[in-house]
Amino acid sequence: MSKTMTQPELAAIEVKGMTREAFLMRGAIAAGGVYGLSTVGPFVRQAMAQGGGDVDILNFALTLEFLETAFYTMALKQVKGLSGDVKEIATTLRDNEAEHVDALTATIKDLGGKPVKAPGVDFGDAFSSEDAFLELAQTFEDLGVGAYNGAGPMIESTEVLAAAGSIVQVEGRHAGVIRLLRGERIAPGAFDKGLEMAEVLEAAKPFIKA
Amino acid sequence: MSKTRTREQGDGEVAALDQLAREDAGSRAQFLKMVGGAGAAGALAIFVAACGGDDEAETPSGGGSTDTGGGGGAASKGDIAILNYALTLEHLESAFYQQVLDSGQIKDPKVGDVAKSIGEDEMEHVQALTATVEQLGGKPAKAPKTAFEDVIAAGAQKILETAAAVENLGAAAYLGQAGNIKNKEILAAALSIHTNEGRHAAVLNQVVGKTIVPDGAFAKPATMEEVLKSVKPFIKA
Repeated sequence: MSKTMTQPELAAIEVKGMTREAFLMRGAIAAGGVYGLSTVGPFVRQAMAQGGGDVDILNFALTLEFLETAFYTMALKQVKGLSGDVKEIATTLRDNEAEHVDALTATIKDLGGKPVKAPGVDFGDAFSSEDAFLELAQTFEDLGVGAYNGAGPMIESTEVLAAAGSIVQVEGRHAGVIRLLRGERIAPGAFDKGLEMAEVLEAAKPFIKA
Repeated sequence: MSKTRTREQGDGEVAALDQLAREDAGSRAQFLKMVGGAGAAGALAIFVAACGGDDEAETPSGGGSTDTGGGGGAASKGDIAILNYALTLEHLESAFYQQVLDSGQIKDPKVGDVAKSIGEDEMEHVQALTATVEQLGGKPAKAPKTAFEDVIAAGAQKILETAAAVENLGAAAYLGQAGNIKNKEILAAALSIHTNEGRHAAVLNQVVGKTIVPDGAFAKPATMEEVLKSVKPFIKA
């Protein structure tokens, strides 16, 4: 992997393989690039200890859901002249993402974990027009799909997998409809391949204010 | 065009869904017994088979990353049965879009494009699932005989509503099996199809004026029994 890490000592660590531990480690390393080393310490230690439980994966998902919720909330306030269809869809998406945040937060607490806080966000000029908004919306929704699909096989608990599955289908629905509104092919291909945590964090990084 | 696809061999083992549709009793155990081929562990190359030439970015994990190690778990008979269940549904969907497109009933070119791209996805799912079942040493489920004539004759609106219903069902069917799949790579493959079906479902709902998220923020799964009962009208006994 050729991601540029902000922490040189972390950049030296490379983890290969398909195991759950490796998946979490790679995510932890990437998180270091996003949030800085201090927040990553516990994450890495946990991930290395015994796989970290499903909490780390849920917190990873929660971060993305926070990002999406903030994105649609701000868009509905800031994008001028949203058309009827787009406004209606954006409202649905905002509400869905907010429910995902609540559900993930509650699940993490149920599992004895500590939910991450909402990250600071910066969406650049994505709210300057409907087109710009929809373009970034597509990026986020496709990213969300890939993130959950990548994490899914690493989830240990059947209940958590079921919950993640019920959320990711909704992300897929969002992604398809946003693409439809943009006149794009509704799916990038016939298979929504899973992404590594590291790839997702790298893609999300520009929009997170550390 | 190629309307006569793989219908011929109606002999020997009847397609699993045909059989079930006839017997009405959707016993899961029975279904599993019927569709489950010889279980054998093996390397799974569903993505290799499937991910050719889409507009996805380069595959970051490269070629030789997945060596089926790492606690993936052997593919069980149950996994093969689930794949064949999914394959039967994909056959049904794929045949439907093929027939719809051949019928010329959809006049709106935008909607036609959507139907075409969905049909392409379903066909890729059929190919990938077939290849995967074979690689696992199982026997791929055959295409069921379909009964979409009335739907197609009824025109575009009915066609799109049916498509939406079938896609929502398909998405729920995959979701319903996620927790039952033992092998991690098969799970990854199923998840990658699941959200694709979710995309189809939401888009078709939008096209016919329904909510894109009929279950709200959390999609509901469907059991094999529920799914088989719902698709029964579209299968010729």
